[in-house]
Amino acid sequence: MSQILDRNMDIGPFVPQPDDDLIICRCEEITKGEIRQAIHDGMFTMNEIKRYLRAGMGLCQGKTCGRQVKGILARELGMSPAQIDDCTPRSPNRPAEMRVLGNEVDKV
Amino acid sequence: MSGVRETADIIIVGAGVMGCGAAYYLAQRGVKVLVLESEMIGHGASSRSGGGVRQSARDVRELPIAIYSVQHLWPTLSEELGVDVEYIQDGNLRLGKTEEHQKILQARTDSCVAAGLDVRMVDAYEIHQLCPCLAPDVVTASLCPTDGHANPLLTTLGYYKAARRLGAHFITGERAVRLERIKGRVRRVVTAAGNVYEADQIMVTAGYWTRQLLNTVGIDIPMFKRIDQSIVTEPMPHMFRQMLGTAEGHFHGRQSVHGSFTFGDHTGLEIQHKNKQDRPAATSLLAGVACRDVVEYIPVLANAKVIRVWAGWLDMTPDELPVLDVVDELPGLIVGCGFSGHGFGLAPGAAKILSQLALGEETCVDVSSLNYNRFDGRC
Repeated sequence: MSQILDRNMDIGPFVPQPDDDLIICRCEEITKGEIRQAIHDGMFTMNEIKRYLRAGMGLCQGKTCGRQVKGILARELGMSPAQIDDCTPRSPNRPAEMRVLGNEVDKV
Repeated sequence: MSGVRETADIIIVGAGVMGCGAAYYLAQRGVKVLVLESEMIGHGASSRSGGGVRQSARDVRELPIAIYSVQHLWPTLSEELGVDVEYIQDGNLRLGKTEEHQKILQARTDSCVAAGLDVRMVDAYEIHQLCPCLAPDVVTASLCPTDGHANPLLTTLGYYKAARRLGAHFITGERAVRLERIKGRVRRVVTAAGNVYEADQIMVTAGYWTRQLLNTVGIDIPMFKRIDQSIVTEPMPHMFRQMLGTAEGHFHGRQSVHGSFTFGDHTGLEIQHKNKQDRPAATSLLAGVACRDVVEYIPVLANAKVIRVWAGWLDMTPDELPVLDVVDELPGLIVGCGFSGHGFGLAPGAAKILSQLALGEETCVDVSSLNYNRFDGRC
């Protein structure tokens, strides 16, 4: 079960940082500043950040940026990364063409 | 029992698109809203929807909500919420290949026209003008030009963000397990963590789980859950803007603003699917079936990469229509559930209606046939 998160908890104001234009999610080109702003818009879970910004929604499905996004979220919420759930992992494990996935009998 | 942790004018249980939407429309009217959600914002069907905003092929009892939403709420929703919900109104094409399909589509079209909707059959030439990427053997289709699609994730989070900005208070991870009455009125929500919240009114918009929660105060709305599954591809060049479906209804899909294709499909075995887990998981059969189905209609997608497969629960009522009602015998209780897999397009209207029911106002469209007690003695 998810931990209780009061969305009114005080996380302070959004303060711009010098490295806010750093790209964190390379597949969808989402920056640190965008992720931090999303958290200040109320997106307090990894899945919500993903659904709101597409960070972690691209070709690598967050395998590259998941750790970084979690670190940013933890820091903004003042929590330990260990307290934060990952995005829901989903199949397939790596991108696969429709003609491959749709061909369960013959060799491609 | 522990003391009351927080009070509000109204408590909404379930932060899906309906709960967040109702919270937004109520907060807009100055109502003090508290939203309790067991998991996270939009965790249930709201984040798993195919995204269709459709009026065609709807039952006449819910059709007015769809029409109201499309005419009055969807067009300006992005501006209103301050979040681009990616609403595209460029028609719903329902495709067919055979004479049998044409008969199905013609019958559907006739019933839509009888209900006053602008739906018409289109011939092969027009289909391929509208959507050039379709397979050459797609020769018949119905078109409802005022249908469309939107992004369900952003719509849900947009309502959440806007409601929060207007002062609605959201607590996630608080799983409501029991409702309690005080002097005949439903006033309290008790959560799994043992916390108690109290309000003048309680609105339950918890999808399938609404049934369990209402059972704690002696109300039963029959619903069963059915798994529904989708695939999404990598972003591709823009090919079509319509919402696509088929005469047989085996898959439906759209291309998002971002470029990815989302297709909902089923393997025919969903009804047997005994998923005892709390979370719905896509079956191993789905990707293969969906890819074969889609490529038969849109051959050019054979080389598109599928990047994600997911599943969700549909909250099916016996007549596959939602419940939007105030519970007569339990003052203070309002219910919005049972959208049966086609609630997303209705969401803005349904959420507004729920807010009007809570305010005791006349609803923007008549929902008297979506009453909670219509199943008595029939199932």
